[in-house]
Amino acid sequence: MRLLSATLAIAWKDVRLEVRSRDTVVSALIFGLIVVVVFNFGLNRSPGSLAPVAPGLLWVAYGFVGVLAMNRAFARELEQGALDGLLAAPVSRDAVFLGKMFGTLSFMLVIEAVLLPVFAVMLDLPTLSPVLGLIILLATIGFATVGTFFAAIAAQTRSREILLPVLFFPVIVPVIIAAVEATDLVLQGGPMLAVWTRWLPLLVVFDALFLVICPWIFGYVFEG
Amino acid sequence: MLTAALTIVDGYLIFVVAPTDQVLGHIQRIFYIHVPISILSFLGFLVCAVAGIGYLIRRGEMWDRVAHASAEVGVVFVTLALITGVIWARPVWGVWWTWEPRLTTTLILWLIYVAYLMIRHYAPTPQQGRAWSAVVGIIGFVDVPIVYYSVQWWRSIHPVQVIGPEAADDALEPIMARILVFSLIAVLALFTYLLLERVALRGAEDAVSAIRRQGNYE
Amino acid sequence: MSHASAGSSAISAVGLRKDYGDRSVLRGVDVAVAWGQIAVLFGANGAGKTTLLRILAGLSRPDAGESHIAGLRMRRSGGRARTLVGFVGHQTLLYSDLTCRENLAFYAKLYGVDHPQARIESVLEQVALVDRADRRVRTLSHGMQKRLSVARAILHEPAVLLLDEPESGLDTDSVASLGDLLRDWTSSGKTALLTTHSLEIGQAWADSVLTLDRGRLAVETPFGCSADAAPAKSNPSPVHG
Repeated sequence: MRLLSATLAIAWKDVRLEVRSRDTVVSALIFGLIVVVVFNFGLNRSPGSLAPVAPGLLWVAYGFVGVLAMNRAFARELEQGALDGLLAAPVSRDAVFLGKMFGTLSFMLVIEAVLLPVFAVMLDLPTLSPVLGLIILLATIGFATVGTFFAAIAAQTRSREILLPVLFFPVIVPVIIAAVEATDLVLQGGPMLAVWTRWLPLLVVFDALFLVICPWIFGYVFEG
Repeated sequence: MLTAALTIVDGYLIFVVAPTDQVLGHIQRIFYIHVPISILSFLGFLVCAVAGIGYLIRRGEMWDRVAHASAEVGVVFVTLALITGVIWARPVWGVWWTWEPRLTTTLILWLIYVAYLMIRHYAPTPQQGRAWSAVVGIIGFVDVPIVYYSVQWWRSIHPVQVIGPEAADDALEPIMARILVFSLIAVLALFTYLLLERVALRGAEDAVSAIRRQGNYE
Repeated sequence: MSHASAGSSAISAVGLRKDYGDRSVLRGVDVAVAWGQIAVLFGANGAGKTTLLRILAGLSRPDAGESHIAGLRMRRSGGRARTLVGFVGHQTLLYSDLTCRENLAFYAKLYGVDHPQARIESVLEQVALVDRADRRVRTLSHGMQKRLSVARAILHEPAVLLLDEPESGLDTDSVASLGDLLRDWTSSGKTALLTTHSLEIGQAWADSVLTLDRGRLAVETPFGCSADAAPAKSNPSPVHG
């Protein structure tokens, strides 16, 4: 009960801060657009659609945007030392982890939801389906879980901007692969069997595993 | 001493005793090094994760020294595995690099453990460095099998020419198999030797630190 | 080391050690502060004051030794010991884009404070911030932020208050009212331990004095009633800080 209320208090505090300052969501949206525009010059040699590489582009953009959002989420805790306030309070480290994770998850989902139709237009994506929503949700949970964990480490160093991606991307490779492949199958409207038997279960296993491990070892990240 | 002797004998076996592969030629000899090194780099990361858990529970600095040393040796071995893999790939597959599942997994493994070695130097205090290393080691180790399966599934959808060393496994002559086993033992000895030396060196470093701390107040 | 002696003091620590690489910050520090006292911790910069306070607040883990709050072991009892401690750090531990009330409401939830509304109003009054309560922390002066950080620390009515240089950034009036607040605080049997560089504050406030010198507790002097009797003894250390 305490765990739940503390988790919600922390997540809600993050949401409220974000609604107030809007700095993460706005800069992340712009950054997401920039990623697509820049990749367009890198990949789109002949005038025409980027559709064949769209799933990859979508998830690369989501990954970069996620790193940005997660860095901000923890930077905020360190501005006035509020992290010490959280850690000195009688709440378990799991609650701190889950609170930060849910906060991050909610911004990322908002950012992704806003970017998706924009990408659909720019990348000429054929269809948008509820399955795609499920893929985005599961993959984003994976991003937010691993990312929040590493952001907590990176935020305590002087080089958090470089350290977070270096830690985050190699570990998140399975999520990227599963999300890209599943998105590709959904957008092509091809056989969905592999989505249900392979990629979605892979995402579920990844999420479940790290949702257990990360809170469990999160306390060790703060040993000064 | 034993390690040196084993390594020399291993070299002799590989370059003189082992028959030249009829299809691949001399390049096939790299296989006797590549396979054991790859296997033992995984052992390095297993030791690293177990010692990391040990450190978090027991808090002995010895656990941390073992974890750090085995990750270092592991990274050296993975680097060699990648290099020998590339040398193998060029004449055999006609390309330097291919996104073959095992090669790709190995590359990602390498990235994870290079990050593991970096993290310690970014930590504000040595205590944090040790704890951070331990948690990254645990996460990395849990992640590796998932990376492997996802990469394999990914490749099974976009098939490429895969002529891994496993293709040679069935065709392995008995003499080749025996030399491979010997190589594995030699490389294991090398691994153990490097690990113990690194642990001892780190122990000595910590002892120097302790003496310095004392000296600051005398 | 025995639990009986640990139970009798508000704050007690035995054999605290903390090393950072080639440097020892604490080299076996024993602390005991009785209930109802204001204890002042003096020491030069880098003497280990902040590290000691952070260990007592459960924010840092000692390499060796144990610390107790009200007889509860910080590392084992975790939550229960934490509830008994209020911490005022160098930084305010507040969120700049939340208002004073929102910051306090957030921490009230984390500490599970009963009747949070009433309690928040009461601490805002204590630090004279009622008229600014709905302003964002970012817009407050440094001194007001510092006062709010004290309000944050006493919000859950901890038995032990730890303050790291609380006078920094405060004007004379605010320092005086902080002194009143602390005296009120301890007169009800609670305990405060603070670090400071100001001898004046030490003389005016302290019931007992601890001096950290190069990672060890050097002198422990009760000031007693007369404020000018003791400083001669504790002078050498704070002066070079």
